[in-house]
Amino acid sequence: MTNGEIKQHIVTVRPNGVFDETGEWLQVQVDISEWKTFAQWLRNDALQMDFLFCLTGIDWSATATGKTLLTMVYHFTSTVFRHTLVVKVKLDRNNPEIETVSDIWRTAEFHEREVFDLFGVKFLHHPDLRRLVLTDDFEGYPLRKDFEDPINMIKL
Amino acid sequence: MYRETKILNVDSKVSPIGGDLEGAVGADEGELVINVGPQHPATHGVLHLVITLQGETIQKVEPHLGYIHRSIEKMCESLSYRQFIYVTSRMDYLSAHINNHGCALCVEKGLQLEIPPRAQVIRVLMDELTRIASHELWWGAMAMDLGAFTPFFYAFRERETINDIMEETCGARLTMNYMVPGGVMYDIHPNFQKRVKDFIQLFNNKIDEYDDLVTNNIIFQNRTKGVGILSAADAISYGCTGPVARGSGVTCDIRKLYPYEVYDKVAFDEIIETAGDSYARYLVRIKELRQSVRIIEQLIDNIPDGDFQAKTKAVLKLPRGEFYSRIETARGEFGVYIVSEGGTTPYRIKFRSPGFSNLSALDHMSRGSKIGDLMAIMGTLDLVIPDIDR
Amino acid sequence: MFSLENITDSSQKWLYATFNSTIALVLQCVIVMLLVISLFAVLGLVLVLMERKVAARMQIRLGPNRVGPKGMLQTAADTLKLMMKEGLTPDGADKFLFNLAPFVVMIAGMLIMAPIAFAKGFQIWDINIGVLYVSAVSSVSVIGILMAGWASNNKYSLLGAMRSGAQIVSYELSAGFSIVSIVVLAGSLQMSDIIASQQTGWWLFRGHIPAIIAFVIFIIAVTAETNRAPFDLAEAESELTAGFHTEYSGMKFALFFLAEYINIFIVCAIGATLFLGGWMPLHVGHWKGFNHVMDYIPSSLWFLGKTFFLIFLIMWFRWTFPRLRVDQLLSLEWKYLLPISMFNLLLITLIAIMGWHF
Repeated sequence: MTNGEIKQHIVTVRPNGVFDETGEWLQVQVDISEWKTFAQWLRNDALQMDFLFCLTGIDWSATATGKTLLTMVYHFTSTVFRHTLVVKVKLDRNNPEIETVSDIWRTAEFHEREVFDLFGVKFLHHPDLRRLVLTDDFEGYPLRKDFEDPINMIKL
Repeated sequence: MYRETKILNVDSKVSPIGGDLEGAVGADEGELVINVGPQHPATHGVLHLVITLQGETIQKVEPHLGYIHRSIEKMCESLSYRQFIYVTSRMDYLSAHINNHGCALCVEKGLQLEIPPRAQVIRVLMDELTRIASHELWWGAMAMDLGAFTPFFYAFRERETINDIMEETCGARLTMNYMVPGGVMYDIHPNFQKRVKDFIQLFNNKIDEYDDLVTNNIIFQNRTKGVGILSAADAISYGCTGPVARGSGVTCDIRKLYPYEVYDKVAFDEIIETAGDSYARYLVRIKELRQSVRIIEQLIDNIPDGDFQAKTKAVLKLPRGEFYSRIETARGEFGVYIVSEGGTTPYRIKFRSPGFSNLSALDHMSRGSKIGDLMAIMGTLDLVIPDIDR
Repeated sequence: MFSLENITDSSQKWLYATFNSTIALVLQCVIVMLLVISLFAVLGLVLVLMERKVAARMQIRLGPNRVGPKGMLQTAADTLKLMMKEGLTPDGADKFLFNLAPFVVMIAGMLIMAPIAFAKGFQIWDINIGVLYVSAVSSVSVIGILMAGWASNNKYSLLGAMRSGAQIVSYELSAGFSIVSIVVLAGSLQMSDIIASQQTGWWLFRGHIPAIIAFVIFIIAVTAETNRAPFDLAEAESELTAGFHTEYSGMKFALFFLAEYINIFIVCAIGATLFLGGWMPLHVGHWKGFNHVMDYIPSSLWFLGKTFFLIFLIMWFRWTFPRLRVDQLLSLEWKYLLPISMFNLLLITLIAIMGWHF
């Protein structure tokens, strides 16, 4: 499916989605409250987005416009139609919480743990939300822009 | 980094079958919890698996990561677009060149650079040599996990030749650092073509030798057939890519699906096996060796003349936006996601490493099998720990 | 002609002529003990070096080549290093059993030396139930292994020991059946009788195909019994790090290591005695000249040659095959080897009764 067709499909279920077509792939921004149902729709309905190949967060606090903004970015591909879609969800940086999608895409379980570990995003209803790569008593979230570690971090 | 593990109660004065150890945290009646790693011969690095056993049968495998976590993504945020490429060699060190390639592709996508044809061919040649070298090491290590030592030395014999070729052209054997945005760092060595041709001529017979020694061995087949079955649907759901997914019958070769460089101009097959067991994953990799040789054979005499590097500015600045590039490493799909705010360094960079997703399927694949099977499964997942921890 | 028999005979005559019979017997025991212990040490050094050289050959590399001429003294240097090392005992271990285990394994190995005929007339104890004694005593070593695994207070050790227990107990059956089939052919349990019965030809050749089957099963079973690859599940280093001896270090580890090689030597010596005629030279039918030349080779060399050939065979397996899985290991024994060897024993009995063998 082309980007236009994907957009038409999405518009029918999410008329208020914000689209961005400047990049290589179609990007759509959905509201956090709609995320879980939208994810289920993506996986199971017309678009068949069965392959979640990248899941990450971006902390925008170092930019002028995004002091309290943290976005989750999901990259999907459909192994049936071979089209790709990027979904973004805006979170409140001070209390980032989002519904897990690990029950829809199993790979999300590990990736969400990683994002929890490095960004501090809480995934609601995640089966096993613990730190993944850092120790359990580690303080702070290293990939946030305001993380400081005077010993181990080298700034150029 | 000190990590306290509450699961193995080493101070216990009680004999292993006694109450204390058996009733360790989270274990039910008759279950045995053992730590495989972080120092263990079969984990090839510092992977730490906590496995719950019922006799010899695995109930649960829980990976504990982070022993070699260096936060490369954070590091890259303070490096320029020329510099950060070389940090990625330290992730999947066995396909370091392909990692660098993926990063270079992403930067080029942002700069909308046109790569000279000569550079494209050299890059693909190097990629395929790296893939062969990586699969060689995997083959040796996999056989060693299953208790056969000799294949390891056979594999290293051929891998050494590749390393020598790399050394001649790039100056390094493992982490080549040969990529720059816009091409490759220097031209190939005058001996390159001849030595590569010598190598592939020799190597074709060697793959038959590998088949004789390991693939057709009845013990090896018994150890791997029907072990660690991963269905196609699960492979997709777990985000598995590369030989792991292709062993389950999922088409996922980035070289075919989203061709980069000159992959759309060369003839090669995407290897698909449908059994989904360890043997299928093994066969995929062995057959990929032949396909890599095929690609090299087509390109080695057809390296076009011209520049090996496009003209670029001294300081690279990516326009504001988001760029994603995908590339097929020896282990699967490697993704580079750059978020640029228009500066000289990336605002945020994310590496989608194949090993990380492949590892997440380990628990699912190994439940109900024996300890020996776990080694067969891990062997065919081809885990490189720095790639997982990053 | 050089013969060990003359030395033993003359030394015995001298001892009994010089001392009274009790002291002579005690002195004889002491001499035998010293000989066995030094044989152990020498065998350990030689076999470890041989293993490393064989492995190197198969793996297209050189092997040890720095200490001494062609690396001959490498194992001596290794032994020295191991002696210097601290023998750690883990905190939670059962100290008594932990320290006892390597000696149990070692002593079991030493005991089996008794009925082996190293050359013509060179045998410690020609016991009339020799073969039975060998199969009985060789099962003692499993106790040492279980002891080591249990006392270490380590889960890897325990798993390794349990595997080893299951494995040795099962494979003893097929090994026993193969041994019994030769006993049936030779009509005696005594080692010297079995060797004497092979004067005209080795049982491997005289017993038709059933004897060859018995030989193959014997080699497989003893490879498993000595915990050698491809049956080295007890120590399977890629699964259990080092299995039952994970916690051992220094000389205690070296004893396990030594015992492994001694056991290989012993099972190969028994294999050579039963199937390849022990110290008997190779004789072919009526080729008088050939047989005469063969007789000139000392019997001790015949014995050692055959034994080391079998040892080489077992090392060859190790460096070629991957390891079996534990359930495959047991099903190989109980589903294939045991029924085959039982049926084979019947065939051999038939051959022996009807006198069909050559």
